[in-house]
Amino acid sequence: MSKLVVTAAGPATSVQDAGRHGAQRYGLTPSGAMDTLALAAANALLGNAPFAAAIELGPLGSAFTARGGPVRIALAGAQRPAAVEGRPISLNESITLTEGERLTLGVARGGVFSYLAIEGGIQGELMFGSLAVNARAGLGSPFPRPLQPGDEIRVTAASGTRELRIDLPNPTDAPIRVLLGPQDDEFATDAVQLFLDSEWQISATSDRMGYRLEGPPIKHLHGHNIVSDGTVNGSIQIPGNGQPIVLMPDRGTSGGYPKIATVITADLRRLAQTQAGRGFRFQAVSMAQAQAEYRAMAQLIRALPSRVVDAQASQLDIDALHSANVAGVATNAFDA
Amino acid sequence: MTAILSPPRMLPSGDAAITVEFGRAISAEANRRVLALDRAMARDAVAGVTETVPTYRSLLVHYDPEQIGFDELAAQLTALAQSHPASEAVAKRHWRIPVSYGGEHGIDLDDVATALGISADEVVARHVAADYRVAMIGFTPGWSYLSGLDPSLQMPRRQNPRLLTPAGTISIGGVQTGIQCLAGPSGWHLLGRTPVRTYQLHRDPIFLLEPGDAVSFVAIDAHQFAEQDRAAEHGEIVAELLTS
Repeated sequence: MSKLVVTAAGPATSVQDAGRHGAQRYGLTPSGAMDTLALAAANALLGNAPFAAAIELGPLGSAFTARGGPVRIALAGAQRPAAVEGRPISLNESITLTEGERLTLGVARGGVFSYLAIEGGIQGELMFGSLAVNARAGLGSPFPRPLQPGDEIRVTAASGTRELRIDLPNPTDAPIRVLLGPQDDEFATDAVQLFLDSEWQISATSDRMGYRLEGPPIKHLHGHNIVSDGTVNGSIQIPGNGQPIVLMPDRGTSGGYPKIATVITADLRRLAQTQAGRGFRFQAVSMAQAQAEYRAMAQLIRALPSRVVDAQASQLDIDALHSANVAGVATNAFDA
Repeated sequence: MTAILSPPRMLPSGDAAITVEFGRAISAEANRRVLALDRAMARDAVAGVTETVPTYRSLLVHYDPEQIGFDELAAQLTALAQSHPASEAVAKRHWRIPVSYGGEHGIDLDDVATALGISADEVVARHVAADYRVAMIGFTPGWSYLSGLDPSLQMPRRQNPRLLTPAGTISIGGVQTGIQCLAGPSGWHLLGRTPVRTYQLHRDPIFLLEPGDAVSFVAIDAHQFAEQDRAAEHGEIVAELLTS
């Protein structure tokens, strides 16, 4: 049995997938990857299902050693130093670790979360259809908590397939798009405008539950308490101090602060990958636009296998692939 | 002649969920309409809907925008809500939940009694006498918010929320009382603890209570708590199901 042994782990290194859905009515939050596109890209390189469970790394580094046989892996998401036995490896490429080889991943330099996918996925016990870690609820497999040094992850032996590379749309610095509501009427028009017009920074105290933003205080019309109602990934709550909190996959399933707006699904991964201290803005869009972006994102994720090429292929081949527009309309989903 | 029900508000919660809002304040009527719509959607699935989350005053409906758009779903939900009155949300199950009140299990009981100007025994008597409904489950797994608290027991929440309160805590805050399953922060007043796990992995069912269930409490002593807590730890339900 091949396995990947954890030899060092940053505090936010955990197994994640698409999360568990269907039990939010019992207070069970979905959890799941902070950047589902990066998760799907890493999995596409290995022939896995798009949202097969992988290891999510937060801002800090981790290290792993292959044991019991070769292990084929791929890394996508945040830029960070990565090496096998000291030899640098590339993001968005598959590579096979031979028995005993050590993979070291450093601190994120561009972005926050990376995904280390493993050919054949991670073996574990599904709970509510997911292996994703939710430590508070005691859920997650193979470990119901973030990874620690010494943990062994059982995996499928590498197939020996040739190594592949995936070409992803260029990242953009465009504003994070939001839909106003559900409680934008708890704020005066000029408070909503201030929210949309201001530059925001992500506080260092942010985590997988929520991103705390710093900027001008947003004032409520009728105070900061509402009768608790349901939350979604991307809900933007305004608590008493007027500093927004964007709810992330480990959020509480209900909350009692007014929600001024909601980050659109297609842009939530971009917000998740925005580093603490870096400025950004919001932009309000229409429901039609938000849902068109949702569909474009879903299409892009389905089309990822068509963006995978031989790792040895020249850049010229990739350009030719692009001019042939193999991935169709999805190519531009994030470039806009 | 059937009275026409007022339509709920259809509020967008992003591009993949609608908050169907029946009211802004805590009201038994709004909560029953939430539960009536939730049950109607459980009986006859609405195409494209992936998950529903009942709360005090609104039903959060998650959906897949690749299968249905906002306008079409909002129209369907409006029609459904208007054809399912609050009276349909009759409790199907009634749970009797044991609670060890006061002492180390309910460290705020004496302070609550003092603040209300009644004895601790009277606080317990009034808390046990009421009939409750599970209005919603949320925040953390199994945290059950109950409606039906005796109005004479209403108190503002604590000025300083506690960062850690024990699993199984039974507490009051404002017009609500609740069963907290996992240890965690709380700004409510702690009256007692139940050995019942409303959420327990590797037990069938994993989640004991459903939104809309009827609940009443029965006082047990600390010795009975210890006994039932051990049984519950091994997967026994220890709550009594009175009707089904």
